[in-house]
Amino acid sequence: MRDFWNTALKDLGKIGVAYILITVGVWVVFMILIPQLIMFDYSLRPMLPLRELGGPKDVWTLKNYMVFFTNRLHMAIFFKTIWSSLIVTVTALTICYPIAFYLAKVARGAKIGLLMLGLIIPYWINELLRLFAWQIILADMGILNQFLIFLGIIADPINFRMGNGAVILGMTYAYILFMVFPIYNVMESLDRNQLDAARDLGASWLRIHYKIVMPHAKPGIAVGCTMTFMLAAGTVAAPQLLGSPSSFWFTQVINTNFECANWNLGAAYATVLMLLCVVFMFMMLKLFKVGLKELTQ
Amino acid sequence: MKSSKSIFRIIIGLYLTLFFAYMFLPLIFMTIIAFNANDIPQITPWKGFTLMWFGELAKDEQMWSALWNSFLVAFSVVAISVPIGLGGALLLTRLQFKARNFVYGVLVSPILTPGIILGISTFLFWDSYMDIPGGLWTAILGQSTFISSYCMLLIMSRAQRFDLTQEEAAFDLGATHGQVFWKITLPFLRPALISSMALAFMQSFDNYNTTLFAIGVEQTLPIYIGTKLRSFISPAMNALAVVFILLTVLGAIIYEYRRRREMIKAA
Repeated sequence: MRDFWNTALKDLGKIGVAYILITVGVWVVFMILIPQLIMFDYSLRPMLPLRELGGPKDVWTLKNYMVFFTNRLHMAIFFKTIWSSLIVTVTALTICYPIAFYLAKVARGAKIGLLMLGLIIPYWINELLRLFAWQIILADMGILNQFLIFLGIIADPINFRMGNGAVILGMTYAYILFMVFPIYNVMESLDRNQLDAARDLGASWLRIHYKIVMPHAKPGIAVGCTMTFMLAAGTVAAPQLLGSPSSFWFTQVINTNFECANWNLGAAYATVLMLLCVVFMFMMLKLFKVGLKELTQ
Repeated sequence: MKSSKSIFRIIIGLYLTLFFAYMFLPLIFMTIIAFNANDIPQITPWKGFTLMWFGELAKDEQMWSALWNSFLVAFSVVAISVPIGLGGALLLTRLQFKARNFVYGVLVSPILTPGIILGISTFLFWDSYMDIPGGLWTAILGQSTFISSYCMLLIMSRAQRFDLTQEEAAFDLGATHGQVFWKITLPFLRPALISSMALAFMQSFDNYNTTLFAIGVEQTLPIYIGTKLRSFISPAMNALAVVFILLTVLGAIIYEYRRRREMIKAA
């Protein structure tokens, strides 16, 4: 420990060390840890009128969590959020893997720049506006309905926003590019010679991917999946803009709790969402056998 | 052999075309609609070319105040996140300690946390423990929590390539820590600092989920867009989308141009 401080002071000077301690300290304590702990604390306390706060009733209880686990509708919404986010994640992975591979190992020269631009532009456009584009397409008198009627496939417009399909479609569109870049980044570092060698030795195309490319791309796939799942499970915008009024999503339930001024219940639901994402991340780490450090490189 | 290769090429070409059509067609539809004189934001019926929706957008005072707030928030987030990110990057690249991996995990955890959780927790902390109700300040802090992590990762990736012998040489020649930092370390990190400023600005400017829960009754541009899109949809929103798309395309081209110039420089 003493060595640590000595080398730190020798390398960076007093001001340098102080700067690091202050910036990172404020960040970790006041922005990361305390707010999270306070949200957790809220989730464990009952909602009380102002004068009873700190009184005998203001004790830790699991009541808010019990409300969630005994509410069948909310549980159903929670599971719907899980499987929809899984669908979005798997779809995004399936679509993006070939794109990332092509970009990293097949395309050459000016083509790469052009394709990159083609990915960056939609990636940078505001999430709400990307969802708005689908709101327009899927509207009753929207482009898709008009097109299907024109082709004579349907006679009357379909209400695409009735079920959950529109939200899932919108989420996939809005978050798909969060899958491309992490996979592309790891694939880029793969040595082309390895692929050539395998091909020369007669390995099939499928075998090359299964034995060489995929193992190399594992950290990128794990990051991509974690990010996409987290974004899909945590989006408020997609259900707000594309969901049907009769079918709520988990983030909307959280939102409603806050709008009804039941912050404690809202905090409990938010904690459940947080836990879901943490569990999913650790599952990805285990599944792809990568460490947390590789996950965010 | 040759024919199977060309079939393969065709399949790849088709796949890429479909993918980019999927990415761009919705945006193209959205753009065309901004110029349709129809009240309903749809392509058909086409009621003639117009620029009236841009005029309508420009008349909306709510939009201007939301835009102003967005700039205010984004600049503040840059001012907070880049220094914090630099601190985190220096901590993780320059100091050796046992708990390094654990600290690394804590510092990147905000990126892996759903945005609404960051918004809610920031709001609850400041509202109930600091007596500061939700507003621009809490939005700035909520956003900075995770944007700092992005800045840190960006700065780290450059700091890792830093040649420490340069600093040692300077020390041997009698330079102070301040001189070494300003004359050697900082100039080396400058490109990463500039790109992290740009990234922080854009991330903040686009943020919806975190801001929604942290900001209370104030509005940034995405909150304004969200409110509009949930209530009455007017093609004025398409006009706004067109402005966004144009700025994004411009930004992306500048970014790609800079990246290539740097690659040529490096080569």
